[in-house]
Amino acid sequence: MIATSQPGQPARLAPGRTAAGRRLPGIGRVSLVRGVVEIKQFARQRENVIFTFSLPIILLLLFGQIFHGEVGNSGVSFRQYFIAGIIASGLMSATFVGVGVSIAADRDDGALIRLAGTPLQPAAYFAGKAILAFVTAALEVAALLAVGVGFLGLHLPSTPGRWLTLAWVLVLGSATCSMLGIAVGVLVRSTRSAFATMNLPYLVLSFISGVYFVFSRLPAGLQHIAAIFPLKWICQGLRSAFLPDRLLVAEPAHSWEHGKIALVLGIWLVASLVVCVRTFRWHRQGDR
Amino acid sequence: MSAMADMAVPTSQAGTTGQARATSQAGTSSQAGTSIRAAAPSEAAQCAIRVRGLRKQYQGATAVAGIDLDIERGEIFALLGPNGAGKTTTIEILEGHRRRDAGEVSVLGADPARADRAWRARIGVVPQTQTRTGELTVREMVSHFGAYFPDPRETDKVLDAVGLSKQAGTRLRRLSGGQLRRVDVAVGIVGRPELLFLDEPTTGFDPQARRRFWDLIAGLADDGTTILLTTHYLDEAATLASRVGVLAGGRMVAVGTPADLGRTDADSTNDADSTNAAGGTGGTDATSTVSWRAADGMRSVRTATPTQCVLALAREAGTEIPGLTVTRPSLEDRYLELIGASENGAER
Repeated sequence: MIATSQPGQPARLAPGRTAAGRRLPGIGRVSLVRGVVEIKQFARQRENVIFTFSLPIILLLLFGQIFHGEVGNSGVSFRQYFIAGIIASGLMSATFVGVGVSIAADRDDGALIRLAGTPLQPAAYFAGKAILAFVTAALEVAALLAVGVGFLGLHLPSTPGRWLTLAWVLVLGSATCSMLGIAVGVLVRSTRSAFATMNLPYLVLSFISGVYFVFSRLPAGLQHIAAIFPLKWICQGLRSAFLPDRLLVAEPAHSWEHGKIALVLGIWLVASLVVCVRTFRWHRQGDR
Repeated sequence: MSAMADMAVPTSQAGTTGQARATSQAGTSSQAGTSIRAAAPSEAAQCAIRVRGLRKQYQGATAVAGIDLDIERGEIFALLGPNGAGKTTTIEILEGHRRRDAGEVSVLGADPARADRAWRARIGVVPQTQTRTGELTVREMVSHFGAYFPDPRETDKVLDAVGLSKQAGTRLRRLSGGQLRRVDVAVGIVGRPELLFLDEPTTGFDPQARRRFWDLIAGLADDGTTILLTTHYLDEAATLASRVGVLAGGRMVAVGTPADLGRTDADSTNDADSTNAAGGTGGTDATSTVSWRAADGMRSVRTATPTQCVLALAREAGTEIPGLTVTRPSLEDRYLELIGASENGAER
């Protein structure tokens, strides 16, 4: 802020350094900046952190108290069966609901309008949300596994292959749910309606996707509906990481269907990305 | 309406050569706020903003009804007008945040409706709505916005400029309204913009904060930043702006320097002619108000020749004239007159 003009000289016509000659920051770097900002903002809202992490842990402990015995005569406890569903449910809550609500909040508190005035790409903004969603989901899984192993006698994935399955299902699942959260969150009018709007699909899907019930025991009609949406496939992928192959009898297809899981989640990921890019506006929808 | 427009845009007779005048005034205008450089620039290349016939409707209601506007590089231009006059709609169209229905718009040589990221990196925006909450610190907020730009200013220097150095480590939600508004300004300038849009930047400031803000804006202009601001505050426009445009009912009812707008027809067209309307009372030509205390209470006369009037009063009184004041119409008087005329016109 150094005044460079001297009396009598048209110094105003010579602006300082112009941005024109310099390169815009790359999307990778800006995405990381966004990710860090998102994580800081999330981590500093204590209530938000507590609710996000405590809900699935409480669910896990409740299930641990309610369900005893094993699935059929497989020797696998119900608790072990449901850990996959609860992780999937927690993942969708942290990503889909969390991202949708945070977009509404960004809109309400003026953050989006401010970002609109910068060269930030919407894709980098989305990436920041996805980074936060992934970090939250990973921490949540770690917390659930710690509680499950420590208090409920659950077993961790038994082979490196199953850990790998856990990893890719988490990454793909949280990316898909984040993008879906953005796509739906764009439609939300305000933070007040965001929780209701985002939780309705989340809760319905939780009930029909094998989170609270053994999936193959649901009515066939509900199974077919659930199979359209990502949560069923995330649950199935996680079961394949936590359950032994002898439980394949409890799967409708009698297979973990890894290819199909990747395909369905991939289609949802790409479709929601397209919807996000097409419909996302920094400004509130309306007469613009 | 046409008479107003003629009055508002000074003709080249007013100075010797327009260019030389602009040059000589450029260095002082930000401090004095009374630059008389007002002639519309002839070269498009010099224009930061060029608007012709801009129109915008919302569901049938006209928000902007055909605006022309030229803003030179390095200029501080203030858009004045009542609520609903079309200020924010206009500025949002220029920022590329709103579509227009008709008209030509060029901002830094590009159409904002089709502008790319490189163009966006050259402008800074301080929207009307204020940041409401935030868990980031002031420094984090400003520096992460800087990261979106190719050549950002140093965060600490920006914080210093807006007077938030002490609050650098404070979370946004702990700031006062005026401090949050300064964060908005910091975010608007951290990208080193060539052109800065400020939509009612000082609403909610105390007088001292407003003074500091004016210094900041004047400093940015001295650095070569072109500034377009909207404001409700006439003193702000008069202090800061090299030119002022008055919007009413979606139309630009007057454009000129704050000093020009304060004058009336008689002043701007007949500066040297003091022989007519001597001692005139009232009437549209009257420019100044002479008031004094007479035996029967306060008296006042509107006159184009206040000196003559005072001399006459002095002769009459033979001594000090009690309670003498001579006031020229301020920008505010002229502004209210323009707004009033526009409203009457709309009703007809």
